[in-house]
Amino acid sequence: MSVLDFDYMVGLVPILLRYLPLTLAMAAAGMALALVLACGLAVIRVLGIPGLNGVTLLFISFFRGTPLLVQLFLFYYGLPQVLAFLTQIDGITATIMGLTLHFAAYMAESIRAAIVGVDRSQTEAALSIGMTNGQLMRRIVLPQATRVAVPTLMNYFIDMIKATSLAFTLGVTELMGATQKEAAGSFLYFEAFITVAVFYWVIVELLAWCQRRLETRLNEAYRR
Amino acid sequence: MIQVANLVKRFGDATVLDGIDLAIDQGEIIVVIGPSGTGKSTLLRCLNFLERPDAGQLTLGDLDVDVTRATRADILAARRRTAFVFQNYALFANKTALQNIVEGLIVVNRWPKAKAHARGREILRRIGLTDKADAYPASLSGGQQQRVGIGRAMAAQAEVILFDEPTSSLDPEWVEEVLALMKQLAAERQTMLVVTHEMGFARDVADRVVFMEGGRIVEQGPPSQLFNAPRDPRTRDFLRKVLAAQPAIQPS
Repeated sequence: MSVLDFDYMVGLVPILLRYLPLTLAMAAAGMALALVLACGLAVIRVLGIPGLNGVTLLFISFFRGTPLLVQLFLFYYGLPQVLAFLTQIDGITATIMGLTLHFAAYMAESIRAAIVGVDRSQTEAALSIGMTNGQLMRRIVLPQATRVAVPTLMNYFIDMIKATSLAFTLGVTELMGATQKEAAGSFLYFEAFITVAVFYWVIVELLAWCQRRLETRLNEAYRR
Repeated sequence: MIQVANLVKRFGDATVLDGIDLAIDQGEIIVVIGPSGTGKSTLLRCLNFLERPDAGQLTLGDLDVDVTRATRADILAARRRTAFVFQNYALFANKTALQNIVEGLIVVNRWPKAKAHARGREILRRIGLTDKADAYPASLSGGQQQRVGIGRAMAAQAEVILFDEPTSSLDPEWVEEVLALMKQLAAERQTMLVVTHEMGFARDVADRVVFMEGGRIVEQGPPSQLFNAPRDPRTRDFLRKVLAAQPAIQPS
């Protein structure tokens, strides 16, 4: 085995940095949309709204039960064949859509568990002082559920950042797509992929650091 | 003036409250005693609709409703005319002592924050926790938590404070401070309906003691009469058992 070509790896860094914003943007958009959707699904599940509850269960079952890659191909290659208005769908949109639906299915369940986990007696206390259900949710239940849900939600966010690399299979040139192109040109596959691996690793570690700080803040009320 | 008439509550086939009639005058302190599982807590929980009663008429000040027809607005109105002290304190874990006390004033009564906090600090002084304003429940002792729970109820300025076994979850060392605060409220003629096993408190503080068994009020009267000359054999039987267990308050 020959020695690693470090100069090539260093030279690759500024090239890959140009594609970092797209990777981060897809992850951020996917996470924001997935959070909104997951909260909605979780509330439907907690309240057990008839009709919607069944639809939600089916949604969660499908998007948890099939591979993300299959879902992405379905949105990008499959749907435009049956839904005319989707012919214009581009790889980035399809990726964000796939990430949103896929991860919302997982996140809905952990948000639901966090809501259900808030001590029932506090709910009664809030009702006893005359709060409405909305006030109870906003002021008492959701802030406490957030604290419980944050570690798992951050885990999904980390997973989602890495899952954006699948966009390259839809022809999107993001971090992974750019690396693939560079490697194909130079034949230095090991150097190229170890460099991009470090990219993802660093992003995730930065995020983990943010997570620790956030959790410390959220736990302030629970220190004895 | 608080009045319940023919209050009925069933859980499945079990009738937990079997036609309760009770009137409470303003400033009156009523203690409800009786064996476990006789519906004492359920009675309190029906007064503010934490449990939905199956029949009965409820009067709280100017609110007068048939409980089976109570609308959402009636239920909110009933809850705003009552305050509840829970056996397990049930403080909002994400809020400080002061925030627990003022939460209802700000969110429910829509008081400006400054005014609510001024009142909150006044209540903290009265419950003896001025220095714990910014402490979270997790860092407070059981007795301190329950005093905050009572402070939260005081803030509501309700027609009546309902106490559901307020000392039953406390380690023995904290019981006295909570009872002392309740006595202080009683001395200020705060209307109170108290479910408790603290016979000493009932004897010393209550204007009227109500003995419940099997979902019904068996006997009621001033503590001197109920403790010294109970009329019903079930009352005598119950008192003999609990007073044997709490010898300190045998008549001297």
